[in-house]
Amino acid sequence: MKYVDEYRDPRLIRQVAAEIRRLADPDRHYRIMEVCGGHTHAIYRFGLADVLPGNVELIHGPGCPVCVLPMGRTDDGLSVAEREGAIFTAFGDVMRVPGTHGSPLEHKARGTEIRMVYSPLDALKLARANPGRHVMFFAIGFETTAPSTALTLLQAKAENIANFSVLSNHVTIIPAIRAILESPDMRLDGFVGPGHVSTVIGCRPYEFIARNYGKPVVVSGFEPLDILQSILMILRQLAEGRSEVENQYARVVPWDGNFAALKVLAEVFELRPYFEWRGLGFISQSALKIRDAYAAWDTEHRFSLPGLRVTDPKAAQCGEVLKGVLKPHQCKLFGRECTPESPVGALMVSSEGACAAYHHYVHRKSEAAAAVA
Amino acid sequence: MCLAIPGKLIDLPPERPQFAVVEVAGVRRQVNIDLLKDEPLQSGDWVLIHVGFAMSRISEEGAAEQARLLAMLGEDAAAMEEIEGYEFTSRPEGWTA
Repeated sequence: MKYVDEYRDPRLIRQVAAEIRRLADPDRHYRIMEVCGGHTHAIYRFGLADVLPGNVELIHGPGCPVCVLPMGRTDDGLSVAEREGAIFTAFGDVMRVPGTHGSPLEHKARGTEIRMVYSPLDALKLARANPGRHVMFFAIGFETTAPSTALTLLQAKAENIANFSVLSNHVTIIPAIRAILESPDMRLDGFVGPGHVSTVIGCRPYEFIARNYGKPVVVSGFEPLDILQSILMILRQLAEGRSEVENQYARVVPWDGNFAALKVLAEVFELRPYFEWRGLGFISQSALKIRDAYAAWDTEHRFSLPGLRVTDPKAAQCGEVLKGVLKPHQCKLFGRECTPESPVGALMVSSEGACAAYHHYVHRKSEAAAAVA
Repeated sequence: MCLAIPGKLIDLPPERPQFAVVEVAGVRRQVNIDLLKDEPLQSGDWVLIHVGFAMSRISEEGAAEQARLLAMLGEDAAAMEEIEGYEFTSRPEGWTA
């Protein structure tokens, strides 16, 4: 990929930053949540917090799949991996997520059959090639990756591949946003809406946030200029007393989403009555369970799993960081016991996790700030 | 996983309508295009790819912008690793889906 030389336009960044400063009321403190972990990564990478006035604060949201996965689910997946003849497959992000007795990677080092895949279709292929073994795909992700798991399950059923199953940890973003809005210690003024999730679900599902809670939502792209423009659009709505859903990323996100993807999600999955999110607790109807018609490929149906609720290490404050009550460096373990090389909490695992992003970029000279200076 | 990889559609083989050949920075692989079946896709179009599936059709400028973004975020090597790592398109004989 060779486009790195053509960087963003510093002049435009400067204009948008100036407009943000002009619109932000100095007597007010703004708390804006970027929901998506991809945005969190970009915000730290480009030092966007330094470009914003001091009274416009960015709160990092729950949109990082491995970060919100409770440890008990990892343990459940690994319990299947320990069975005779089983092969545990997952995306690379999952490999370093801590379980009670170590991450999948550490289990692999101890001889458990664990393989990283880049696509759920790779896991299905592995099952086809190993008919004598059981291949489980440990599925994580929001609506961005859930349709690909659904299509893989359709394919498994069409071919009747009996030695394949999926442990679905898929979650949906809307109930998590609702839980945050209902949480008494969260005072937010607006949301930078997720980009790629919205290519699937569209912009309509966010309308309740604007209508019922009076908070602006701007679905945003991932470039520094996109994110700053989205923040500007939120501040403009607030200044004009509006609360609406706006689509800054219309060049990729259709207002109504991707119908084919929504259809396949509805075919394969149903909502769980409730699901535990790390840091946010149990949220009703916030996760996807495989429908009975596909039970033969549902790990939870085929195997008995421990299903234990495992609390995080006491000293780790992942929950507070996930809710934006603490900044990453305010956690007692940050940079000491908990580092990207040896993560205690999942927020330190993925580049989309607030702690890993903060650890990686916080000491860097802020390029965006330099562009504005 | 959540950041999309831009690719150019090179070939849409009629005998296997679920899959298309895409090119990402010179590397060609097949990806599943079922989620774009409502779109009038043709060779030369650009798409965003997540975990082996094309998820959105985008403009050429949009693709260049996404490639630049991945590079800026230091995710370009991981993206190429993902594209090169897709195993599912070399399938056993007789599998037609």
